[in-house]
Amino acid sequence: MFDNLTARLARIIRDLGSEARLTEADIDAVLRDVRVSLLEADVALPVVRDLIEHIRARAVGAEVLRSLTPGQAVVKIVRDELIQVLGGTASELRLEGQAPVVVLLAGLQGAGKTTTAAKLGRWLIGRKTRRILLAGCDTYRPAAPEQLKLLAGENGLECFVGAPGQSPVAIASAALQLAHARLAEVLIVDSAGRLHVDEEMMAEIRQLHEVLRPSDTLFVVDSMLGQDAVNAAASFSSSVPLSGIILTKVDGDSRGGAALSVRHVTGVPILFIGTGERVEELAPFHPDRMASRILGMGDVLTLIEQVERGADREKSEQIARKVIKGAGFDLTDFRDQLRRMRSLGGLAGMIEKLPLAQFLPGSAAAQFNDRELVRLESIINSMTPAERGRPEIINGSRKKRIAAGSGTQIQDVNRLLKQFQQMQTVMKRLTRKGGMARMMRTLGSGPPRGFRR
Amino acid sequence: MWQRLRQGLWRTRDGLTGGLADLFLGGKQIDASILDEIETRLLLADVGVDVTRAITDSLAAALKRNELGDLPAVLRALRAQMVAVLAPVQLPLEIPAAPRPFVILVIGVNGAGKTTTIGKLAERLQRDGHRLLLAAGDTFRAAAIEQLAVWGERVGAPVIAQKTGADSAAVIFDALASARARDLDMVIADTAGRLHNKRNLMEELKKIRRTIAKFDARLPVESLLVLDGGTGQNAIAQARDFHEAIGVTGIAVTKLDGTAKGGVLLAIARQLAIPIRYIGVGEAVDDLKPFVAEDFVDALLGVEP
Repeated sequence: MFDNLTARLARIIRDLGSEARLTEADIDAVLRDVRVSLLEADVALPVVRDLIEHIRARAVGAEVLRSLTPGQAVVKIVRDELIQVLGGTASELRLEGQAPVVVLLAGLQGAGKTTTAAKLGRWLIGRKTRRILLAGCDTYRPAAPEQLKLLAGENGLECFVGAPGQSPVAIASAALQLAHARLAEVLIVDSAGRLHVDEEMMAEIRQLHEVLRPSDTLFVVDSMLGQDAVNAAASFSSSVPLSGIILTKVDGDSRGGAALSVRHVTGVPILFIGTGERVEELAPFHPDRMASRILGMGDVLTLIEQVERGADREKSEQIARKVIKGAGFDLTDFRDQLRRMRSLGGLAGMIEKLPLAQFLPGSAAAQFNDRELVRLESIINSMTPAERGRPEIINGSRKKRIAAGSGTQIQDVNRLLKQFQQMQTVMKRLTRKGGMARMMRTLGSGPPRGFRR
Repeated sequence: MWQRLRQGLWRTRDGLTGGLADLFLGGKQIDASILDEIETRLLLADVGVDVTRAITDSLAAALKRNELGDLPAVLRALRAQMVAVLAPVQLPLEIPAAPRPFVILVIGVNGAGKTTTIGKLAERLQRDGHRLLLAAGDTFRAAAIEQLAVWGERVGAPVIAQKTGADSAAVIFDALASARARDLDMVIADTAGRLHNKRNLMEELKKIRRTIAKFDARLPVESLLVLDGGTGQNAIAQARDFHEAIGVTGIAVTKLDGTAKGGVLLAIARQLAIPIRYIGVGEAVDDLKPFVAEDFVDALLGVEP
């Protein structure tokens, strides 16, 4: 996703980089290219216009002219603007009110609502919500109830789809009663896919909303949508009060302009992205990461990092100093590195950002997954600070506790410790030769061998 | 018969985008602002930057040469250009009498509308006198087999299926054998939705295609790519990657009964020249229509022919 836009912007920015100072004419020329890039990324035209105006207003002015490196300043403005349109900071589900709290999913046909309903249920289980009821109100598409039932069954979720012949609204109110009776904490309601110009169906989603009084009404939208995304979003948004957006099929290679469009039109935050066909592949949406992905590739990301991520660099230098001083590289440092990898968009994200990524087959990056990073981090999180500082004190009973705490097996803990040991050895060797830069490269190129499955 | 498609597109006049007809009813002067308007409308129809630019550039050149005297002339020129791009891919599906069974392998990304298209297509072809069966090749998604089975019941066609998780190629091989044993005319094979950038899933698709050839290398196969009409420029990548993997022989575009215009088809036609067989303009079986370039362009521009 965003690949081609990324490449385009990378080129534009590289062109900018060679300039010492920017004139208004330069900015205009750049913005013309930015406009084309955004349009090619399927950002809706009205949104593109808004975005360009904001960027122009900010770029043509003291902020850039006073800057020592005008190229960087424009990069930052474009990126900031993208972040702002995408929603500023990350948001979460509301889940407000008395149990059962209702989450209603709505969207066009084929957006991925049913899969997303199961994903949300699974995600909530991971967040210690114990009693979840899934309800299916799609009485139109053949076998839609069966699909939801199967997905629910596979994931240990309760499911209610009503009886054949029942209306969607009747199913919804029965589901609500059932949720009360079973003391469910959250009721997730999957609705039928509907075309935003179908007045009857839009009236139905309004009725569902009235009956259910959801805490969260989520618009599920395909990230590959084109210009029409704004029409659909506007129509859904005026029919029911949306509270959030879930962007699906983000694991494709679409440039994802629909994210910008839908967010801009509805004004509600994008909460999650669907990153794969498996039920666990639902991730919180991070506007800053998405914007960095739009902008960042190889050298360009480094550029932005220099502008904005002084903090990260300080941290690396801190570790470097520590290692050089001989204080040793401990598990806390290891965890910092893992987090750093994840904050750069995970393994797939990092690979995309490598300058060589363009030479990899398009699908190579998609083969990586970041669950291993999360697993490693959670193992370290389950240790006490003392254990992180002195891993040698971790004995059998501690291992047992750590494995239980992180939801892993003792073997996983053992493997992590072993890999960590090997890494420490490497570190010592590197510091002897003073190869700090090389160490960072080693860390950046992927997890230590043996962690990949 | 184009009422529904046009209705869908006319509806947009109340929304963010107006039909181009408005533009010409507005009685504006012929100048650069007309070109800007045309550019805007084309971009809003997902025509994409490249094709839009090519069209507006050539209109600009014609204007400069004073070839376009009035607004209807501009409109005619615009329409003619777009039709010229799409006319070569207006090739209806032709089904040879032999060897049998004719295979329609339905492919596409998740949620494009493959199974629904199969249902409509099966009914249409049966009405034309073809005897067919359906192969439940989507063995991945929950209840995909059940969904196809419901369609099979509706249209009265047998459905060859195995369990979820079974090998899709094997299911389709079985279906071919079964069709041959029953002396049927054709097999319409469903496949799991797959994003075109997932290498392993595209490899699986190649295997399915090879399996069909292995069953009988002489079999005529229509590899029908189903595209969601609402998809933006990514549809080009979808068409390109599926085409590279197994050679797409036809395209069906779904969900054009809303406000989506499917303008990306122009870019696909220009770059890949894959025949466009059908467009879906509604829920009913009759709403799967053969693609007609002129009608499509008129609907896209929002003008009466």
